[in-house]
Amino acid sequence: MTTAQAQATLYHDIPEARDVKVAIAGVDVHYGDKQALFDVSMQIPDRSVTAFIGPSGCGKSTFLRCVNRMNDTIDGAVVTGSLKIDGTEINDKTIDPVVLRASVGMVFQKPNPFPKSIYDNVAYGPKIHGLAATREELDGIVEQSLVKAGLWGEVSDRLTDPGTSLSGGQQQRLVIARAIAVNPEVILMDEPCSALDPIATAKVEELIDELRENYCIIMVTHSMAQAARVSQMTAFFHLGNLVEYGPTEEIFTNPRERRTQDYITGRFG
Amino acid sequence: MTQVSTHDHIVTSYGEELDDLADEIARMGGLVETQVIDALTAVVRRDASIAKTVRKREITVNAMQVDIEKKVIRLFALRQPMATDLRVTITALRLASDLERIGDLAKTIAYRAADLNSYPPLEVTQRIERLGNIVTRQLREVLDALSADNVEPAIRVWRNDDEVDEHYNSVIKEMLLLMSGDSSLVDPGAHILFVAKNLERIGDHCTNIAEAVHYQVTGDTLESVEAAAP
Repeated sequence: MTTAQAQATLYHDIPEARDVKVAIAGVDVHYGDKQALFDVSMQIPDRSVTAFIGPSGCGKSTFLRCVNRMNDTIDGAVVTGSLKIDGTEINDKTIDPVVLRASVGMVFQKPNPFPKSIYDNVAYGPKIHGLAATREELDGIVEQSLVKAGLWGEVSDRLTDPGTSLSGGQQQRLVIARAIAVNPEVILMDEPCSALDPIATAKVEELIDELRENYCIIMVTHSMAQAARVSQMTAFFHLGNLVEYGPTEEIFTNPRERRTQDYITGRFG
Repeated sequence: MTQVSTHDHIVTSYGEELDDLADEIARMGGLVETQVIDALTAVVRRDASIAKTVRKREITVNAMQVDIEKKVIRLFALRQPMATDLRVTITALRLASDLERIGDLAKTIAYRAADLNSYPPLEVTQRIERLGNIVTRQLREVLDALSADNVEPAIRVWRNDDEVDEHYNSVIKEMLLLMSGDSSLVDPGAHILFVAKNLERIGDHCTNIAEAVHYQVTGDTLESVEAAAP
């Protein structure tokens, strides 16, 4: 912990309002000697979208990657503190990250479909996790996932085409279909629309809004307007600290911290 | 509540547009204050020339409201203001609307002043002057609160509206009494009643402005704060 940081401003109405899906307490992240996150604690509600905002290098993506143990893959990265999903500690070496990642799906900035058919992109996860016993069951999962991702109508007649043959926006929705095919609890999204045009962005945002009925979605975005449009809760990070976390409407109309206000209004900090 | 930032915008032109909006609101406020003072003077001093000037300046007041609306729409469309910038921008729209209404009421008072000149002077005009002085004080204080981003005087203005209402009611009572006693006073009395009513309406707009200032500065509505007060 550094001496400069202050306690994050948290709003009192967070915990009771909805069920907590992800509970984080006292998380520090070091990359070698460098500390990237300082004592982050927050409770992320289920069935809603929580947006992480902040300038580049503020630690928001680092923090997002803690939730599915992606930092394990980075040499020298050390995550300490408690991260619980539905009360189960996940920052624990006895938890298999591969199993964890089935329940915590991730969508990246650039759509990354496998070099396989549309069908196989979605079927891959359920197959390796043994979620379907028969071909019919697998077909059902693929269809349902593509329907949920709002892509079925556009691809149902060409499921054998390569996933990479789709447009950027369709690819991103394919990747989301792939993520939800394994019945995740939490979906992490790291700037999911930054490579998409406004129409494709609108479709993905509409999809995110529909998905929040069933999932806990945590999203990193550089677009303040997007955070305002799609999230119910917003967390502002700065220099590795969680500065303010509260209902999105309040953060964007009446933030309580000067640093939050300077950032979202586009002023020099 | 967040303090309004003293930091400059990274996009200079955006900061300039917000400053420009605040400047025009301040100018419009100043002009409208002059309108109210002059309209009241026209009634008190029976000066038809002032009434003419007030009516002419009303055109400028209206044009300013249109211009402020354009600026606000432009800011929303092109800058998508957030947090205090959002509050400043949306408040500008409310302020411009209230100021325009005050300007309109001042103009109507000026019309009545011209009409009143064709009747002998009435003693009740002194009470109109007192009511007008309270209302102009309310307007001045709330505009000062706006320019200083200060909620305290805004809250005071909001609470003082009762004083305006009391004076208004007593003017109405007295005028009605006079009119019922002397039918020759009915015609000028009707004008006096309208002047009093318009001044009282200006007082109401001052409370609207006080609410807008409170929201702009704190992000909370004045009603909610007053309701929560012990």
